Amino acid sequence: MIFGLRNKGYKSPPVDQRMIKFIKHPPNLFPMKYLLEIQGLYKKFGDIEVLKDINLSVERGEVVVIIGPSGSGKSTLLRCINRLEEPTAGKIFLDGIDITDKKVDINKIRQRIGMVFQQFNLFTHLTALQNVMLAPVKIKKIKKDEAERNAIKLLEKVGLGDQIHKYPAQLSGGQQQRVAIARALAMNPEVMLFDEVTSALDPELVKEVLDVMKQLARDGMTMIVVTHEMGFAREVGDRLIFMDEGVIVEEGEPIEIFRNPKNPRTKKFLSVIL
Amino acid sequence: MVGVGQFDIDLFLRILPDLAFGAFVTLELTSLSILFGLIIGSIAGLARVSKNRIFFGISTLYVEIIRGTPLLVQILIIYFGLPAIGINLRPEPAGIIALSVCSGAYIAEIVRAGIQSVPLGQMEAARSLGMSYLQSMRYIIFPQAFRNILPALGNEFIALLKDSSLLSVISIVELTRVGRQIVNTTFNAWTPFLGVALFYLMMTIPLSRLVTYSQKRIGTYEMK
Repeated sequence: MIFGLRNKGYKSPPVDQRMIKFIKHPPNLFPMKYLLEIQGLYKKFGDIEVLKDINLSVERGEVVVIIGPSGSGKSTLLRCINRLEEPTAGKIFLDGIDITDKKVDINKIRQRIGMVFQQFNLFTHLTALQNVMLAPVKIKKIKKDEAERNAIKLLEKVGLGDQIHKYPAQLSGGQQQRVAIARALAMNPEVMLFDEVTSALDPELVKEVLDVMKQLARDGMTMIVVTHEMGFAREVGDRLIFMDEGVIVEEGEPIEIFRNPKNPRTKKFLSVIL
Repeated sequence: MVGVGQFDIDLFLRILPDLAFGAFVTLELTSLSILFGLIIGSIAGLARVSKNRIFFGISTLYVEIIRGTPLLVQILIIYFGLPAIGINLRPEPAGIIALSVCSGAYIAEIVRAGIQSVPLGQMEAARSLGMSYLQSMRYIIFPQAFRNILPALGNEFIALLKDSSLLSVISIVELTRVGRQIVNTTFNAWTPFLGVALFYLMMTIPLSRLVTYSQKRIGTYEMK
């Protein structure tokens, strides 16, 4: 303004609309609610303690990659999140709801959590299309033609638009796994769990599955991925978690951990695997 | 006239309608029994894989008792024994009950094996999508189990059809009983009983063919 007095030609710059929006709706600097929050999770099989005091919070849209030697409890952790395994102790919150509460309708919760398995577990008596359609039609009571349209869209998205009428036995492992991803997505989950989904695949089929997962991550899906694919972890992971003997040993930025692991156990594991 | 001990074509032709009637009764009794047996067997089979101890205990007891005693004895108990506790049944209902209860126990074991033959991952995948236990059973496990147990079920049906001949002891006029009545009146055992056997074969052979055929049909759309 001072300059404006001297220079009649000067006009103050228009106020940036984005600035107004920012002032009116400041970003929540202290979000209390994570999409998924795990607190003090323990899991015992008989006398064997598979998970010991696991604490983990996952934000919306975050891709968390879990690595670790076999038997470290990675898969068990994943399976506790949708209660395929019952946690021995601890709490798990999905969007603020305690899903370990016995009163909670676990079937409703599981509809919000997609899971993809190492062994695909496609329904062998149904075609790819039927595999993807079944749950939306039978559980969500979505109309058949609508569910079918959606299923075809999903199968096209995973690159199987021309295989929809084939049975699992007629598909390759990579194709089966992509159908399995589409099947999980058909329920419109808020978070997807991937349990070593490429471990049972022939090496040349791994990429097609990882590509689908990368696209999913780019689309903003919240994902928890147990994997041995370090390239995927580095490229797609927002956070890397290293587990060993049932505890989270180290976590942080994937690149940071790969470059400079702090814990000796992480160091040892990475030196073997990389 | 051909002598006793040789096959008597004339007699055979004369008794054909009676044998056909007997075969019809046999088929009727067997079909009804297998239907009830399937219902009993499915429920008991489910109970056999249940985590509920009471269901498991009762179904296991049922299967063990039935499979551990002869069908003939079961038939005798139900027809001649039950009146002692005030339950009087006519022969046909008693026979159908005996066959149903017996086949139910065997079918329960077939169903149990069928359910257990479906990999655990199928159930986990179904549950992970949000299906309840019963929904998973209905849409995922049963259809696959049914395919696996179809041959065994067919064999059970054939076995039951043959076992229904035991019902002749409680004066149900089915195929075997018809044969015995003819023997009693004609004093020719050779021809009528061969005729009876022939009629049993005429029912069992198409049945086993049917089992093989349906097995193939279900198999082809899936495996390649």
